[in-house]
Amino acid sequence: MEIVLAFVIGGLYAAGIYMMLRRSLVKLLIGLALLSHAANLLIFTAARLTRAGFPIIGMDQQALELPYADPLPQALILTAIVISFGVTAFALALSYRTYKSIHTDDLDKMKTTDEADDSKETSA
Amino acid sequence: MKIDSLILRTMVRYLFPLLLLFSVFIFLRGHNEPGGGFIAGLVASAAYALYSIASNSIEARQVLGVDTRLLIGIGLLIALCSGLPAIFAGESFLTGLWGYLSIPGVFKIEIGTPVLFDIGVFLAVMGVTLTIIFALEEVE
Amino acid sequence: MMIALTTLSVFGAALVAPLFFRNKNKLASWLIALLPLGITIYFASLLPRAAAENPETFSFNWAREFGANFSFRADSLSLLFAMLISGVGTLVVIYAGGYLGKNPNIGRFYAWLFIFMGAMLGVALSDNLLLLFIFWELTSLSSYVLIGFEHEKESARAAALQALLVTGGGGLAMLAGIILLGQISGTLEISALLSNTSTSLSAGGTAVQSHPLFIPALILILLGAFTKSAQFPFHFWLPNAMAAPTPVSAYLHSATMVKAGVYLLARLHPILGGNDIWLYTVSGVGLITMLVGSYLSFSQTDLKRLLAYSTLGALGTMTMLIGLGTPLALKAAVVLLFAHALYKGALFLVAGAIDHETGTRDVTQLGGLFRALPITGTAAGISALSMAGLPPLFGFIAKEVVYETGLEFNPWLMAAIIFMGLSTVFVAGVVGMGPFFGKLTESPKKPHEAPLSMWLGPILLTALSLLAGFFPSGISNLIVSPAVSSVAGEAVKVKLALWHGVNTAFLLSIATVIAGILLFSIRNSLRGVLQKIEWKWGPAYFYTLSLDGMNALARAQTRFLQSGTLRNYILIIILCVTLGGGYSLFRIGGFDILPQHISDVKFYEAAIAALILGAAIAAVTSSSRLGAIAALGAAGIGVALIFLQFGAPDLAITQFAIEALTVILFVLAFYHLPKFTQLSSPRARIRDAVIALFTGALMTMLVLAAVGVHISDSISTFFVENSLPLAHGRNIVNVILVDFRGMDTMGEITVLGIAGIGVYALLKFRRKKGRE
Repeated sequence: MEIVLAFVIGGLYAAGIYMMLRRSLVKLLIGLALLSHAANLLIFTAARLTRAGFPIIGMDQQALELPYADPLPQALILTAIVISFGVTAFALALSYRTYKSIHTDDLDKMKTTDEADDSKETSA
Repeated sequence: MKIDSLILRTMVRYLFPLLLLFSVFIFLRGHNEPGGGFIAGLVASAAYALYSIASNSIEARQVLGVDTRLLIGIGLLIALCSGLPAIFAGESFLTGLWGYLSIPGVFKIEIGTPVLFDIGVFLAVMGVTLTIIFALEEVE
Repeated sequence: MMIALTTLSVFGAALVAPLFFRNKNKLASWLIALLPLGITIYFASLLPRAAAENPETFSFNWAREFGANFSFRADSLSLLFAMLISGVGTLVVIYAGGYLGKNPNIGRFYAWLFIFMGAMLGVALSDNLLLLFIFWELTSLSSYVLIGFEHEKESARAAALQALLVTGGGGLAMLAGIILLGQISGTLEISALLSNTSTSLSAGGTAVQSHPLFIPALILILLGAFTKSAQFPFHFWLPNAMAAPTPVSAYLHSATMVKAGVYLLARLHPILGGNDIWLYTVSGVGLITMLVGSYLSFSQTDLKRLLAYSTLGALGTMTMLIGLGTPLALKAAVVLLFAHALYKGALFLVAGAIDHETGTRDVTQLGGLFRALPITGTAAGISALSMAGLPPLFGFIAKEVVYETGLEFNPWLMAAIIFMGLSTVFVAGVVGMGPFFGKLTESPKKPHEAPLSMWLGPILLTALSLLAGFFPSGISNLIVSPAVSSVAGEAVKVKLALWHGVNTAFLLSIATVIAGILLFSIRNSLRGVLQKIEWKWGPAYFYTLSLDGMNALARAQTRFLQSGTLRNYILIIILCVTLGGGYSLFRIGGFDILPQHISDVKFYEAAIAALILGAAIAAVTSSSRLGAIAALGAAGIGVALIFLQFGAPDLAITQFAIEALTVILFVLAFYHLPKFTQLSSPRARIRDAVIALFTGALMTMLVLAAVGVHISDSISTFFVENSLPLAHGRNIVNVILVDFRGMDTMGEITVLGIAGIGVYALLKFRRKKGRE
């Protein structure tokens, strides 16, 4: 299964990076979200897969029975999922604001927006 | 954005309280079973998000009753405060302290500062998510 | 306790100083000068204890892991230096009140002056090398602000930056040296280093000096001392620093800060000295600085630059003497340090008064001022005599010991010292006598006597030169003897006397004075000859060259890396990751390792994998936004199912919830954003596809390599074993999040909160209509 997942991760990375290299801002956002899936899965797989028990101590037990899935990478990934949600949301809002301000989603046309913005402000 | 759908509205009417209840349930069992503040916060947010899509964000805000940004602040503050008792007890910040809450013969539950911390996480996550979603809905 | 509070109180004064000067009250500078005055008296009261080898100490455990203690120790050497700082500081504080009286930024000036004073006291009194370093860099920083006080002047800003880069850079080298020294000897406490038998030479130890890292440590620490004390080839910043207001020049660049390097050398001499590298490097660099400073001072016409170059000569002399390291040489260094602070401080303040009253500092435009400025003139004249080394002033005693040291070594060294003496007599004449006597020359302002605040300092310092000259034994018993002992690392009895009888040193000294007076009398033609010789290839030239080079490099790499196109940034990051990561994978043989513990593939798992891959492909190829969002969601659900399948229910639930919310977010946002469009050319698309596939392949390799690596015991075991007994929780993932690693989670929800507020601000606030 590790080998299969390795290819899935590779595919997700490739898809995410390809989308991030597009000129369209909206595609970049999709790419960003794909990339976070890839990264989470990467950590998860690299930390060993096991179909054995959950890292939860049963109500009638005093200690976790072997074998169990490693809880530490899970805690790491859980925070990573939530943070990447925050990042995605921020990127979406930023894109919206950018689009409203300069009326294009072509990244190649955003190169000199700083200067254009400045001159507008000073002339106003 | 508004989706005018009778099916969605009817569904949400039943789903909304259920989801909220589920989030409380998933929060409470979080320390011993899958769940916890993060997940419960997300589920509760999903409930309000659904509600706001079925009707609108203004109504959803009214049902929530608290400003979402305030929720972020309260959550962070609770999480922060949950670390303070440990300092007074001579431990380092955020060390968990536990005690029992019981009526003899009726029930007995363990309660500790990490539960308080988890409540902070719950509120903060919910505040952030709903702040974002409502704000996105309300752009013209 | 008191000693730490004293130092900190000066920083407190820095805080309240701006309030003091808000009302432009004339008494403010007098009032605030009471603090350094009181501190000076307090330090004086500690002298007997220090002389009895029972110095006042204070230690507070600050950051134990780094060996950084907040510890102070007031032995004689420290007190000598600290009293110079607070004593001259008192006079400078009063002086600046008159000098800068009408300046609107005077509050800020005093704030930084007190920060400097506090930092300088910290340098003098610190018993911990790391603490010393912190104060040391703080003096560089405050010196930067003070040199650039007249910040509207381009030259002042450039000089300030130059001083900061040179001394701050040297300070960083010193930090590295300090850390090395700490690694070698195991302690950073100076008193421990001094008394430890393996570190201090006087305690009989050479273990530290034979350590292979000793030489790098020594050189790095010397770099710090040399840059601070403006030793060749770093001397060029000091004359340029004369762009500072005169009180600053007098205080920082003559009496105190530039002597910090000399102080450090003296302080660490018992630990680092006594070997050939020390002897040749320190005395050699000092000698060169002495000669360069002395030579360059002949051709100057600006009062302050004259004094600056002669200060270079004096600093070089002190460094050289400490480098030589014999008891006589160390005695000469300490006495010269003290005498120089008195006469040079007075002359600097006089130079400022002349500038203030006449409007010029050019010696060729000054003359005959004595009638107009009798008090300032008296102070200048007597201090000039002390500088020239004439009895019965303290400068004479200092010069005699320096000459005796020269005679103790060899004739060549003696010749160099005489050259320095000649230049000293010359500068004393040009600065202290020239402007006041002879024909009255027309000056930009009509001269009249300086106010009390501005002549008090010169007069008091001059009086001290006289007093110390008449009663040298008192001073030598109370301060000089014990201070020299702590520099030497062993008890040295110093006897200072005004009259030694007629000996070689005395005869040479008289000859120097006569020759100096002769040179003074032909000063204008001498200057004319010397000014024709230009030094283009000096160290300052290389400073400019390397600064320009660094700027050019920064601009070029900024233009290359920060092109302003997001895609280029992403490309650079991806290329760095793939090339760097690929190389290290290749180096550890990551491509050869095949996973060892591979689990089999179940049918439905393969189906999930296919779902994720298919969704990824769909997200890339979809021509509609909704299609791409749906595909994204499907991929997320697939990931969640993988989590569920392999023992991570918490992750699965979280992923499901997040996926639902993400889809809602995307739908809401894309509603306002434009449709998908095909913007790139087919060639660009193929290029990007190749890059993406290549990176994806590398990531696949990385996962395979990572799975194949044997993991040593993970810290998870601790969490698993202690989750129930310590944290009362059965869900270990949740326990890690809210208890074991609660601080991390705290940080995380804070970041999340900031992101939420950021989104809110981006969406809800917009520019005011009027600016649009």
